[in-house]
Amino acid sequence: MSLFVTIMAAAPAAAEHYVASGPTIDWLALLRFVGTVLSLAGGLFFVMAGTIGVIRLPDFYTRLHAAGMTDTLGAELILLGLIIQSGFSQMSLKLLLVAFFLLVTSPTATHAIAHAAYKSGLEPFLGKFKAPDLDEEV
Amino acid sequence: MSVALGYVYLGTALLIILSMVFMLVRLIGGPTLYDRLLAVNAFGTKTVLFLCVFCFIIDRPDGVDIAILYALMNFIATIAVLKFFNYKALNVGLMRKESAEVEK
Repeated sequence: MSLFVTIMAAAPAAAEHYVASGPTIDWLALLRFVGTVLSLAGGLFFVMAGTIGVIRLPDFYTRLHAAGMTDTLGAELILLGLIIQSGFSQMSLKLLLVAFFLLVTSPTATHAIAHAAYKSGLEPFLGKFKAPDLDEEV
Repeated sequence: MSVALGYVYLGTALLIILSMVFMLVRLIGGPTLYDRLLAVNAFGTKTVLFLCVFCFIIDRPDGVDIAILYALMNFIATIAVLKFFNYKALNVGLMRKESAEVEK
């Protein structure tokens, strides 16, 4: 309510200023807004594509491929959008830390899951291609 | 512009929650153990993303620390569960050949 009162009180002065000096646009804020929206949209595209892949793909290894794509590029793009919006501050340092840890750990975890599934004898669907020999020393 | 940005954050958070629900579907109905592990790992990553976006929605920078914690704990939990199902124990030495020699 108090915010509304403040806005209504400031409105005539703002309107006079607008008429006097013409439309002033904060170009840097607009650029940051557009960068954030584009980055978040790209990240959400990868996250949703990976999710649909995990739901619909037929095989464990193909699902793993979809999830790995989500974990790296989608997460990094969403965090990049938040970093653009938070500017040069302590928040962006923490977000960079999150991005670094995700970038290091999630491919490692994906590799570990794939390696464990392969060692335990889970065979991939390969169609007309031949699977590599499971008894081979890895 | 900040109002529009709020709606952008809200839509991002809702879509991340939607993908988390789909991950839960794979987690419950996954045919093998490794499908479930994969779903847990992806769910944890999406939890980290949701926490970061949520901190921007409520405009408090504290929760990003919790997001860092979640990112590290998610990795450790995945590796621990994998190790448990590979060796049927958690206290296995890192040097496998040496421990095999000790057992002889």
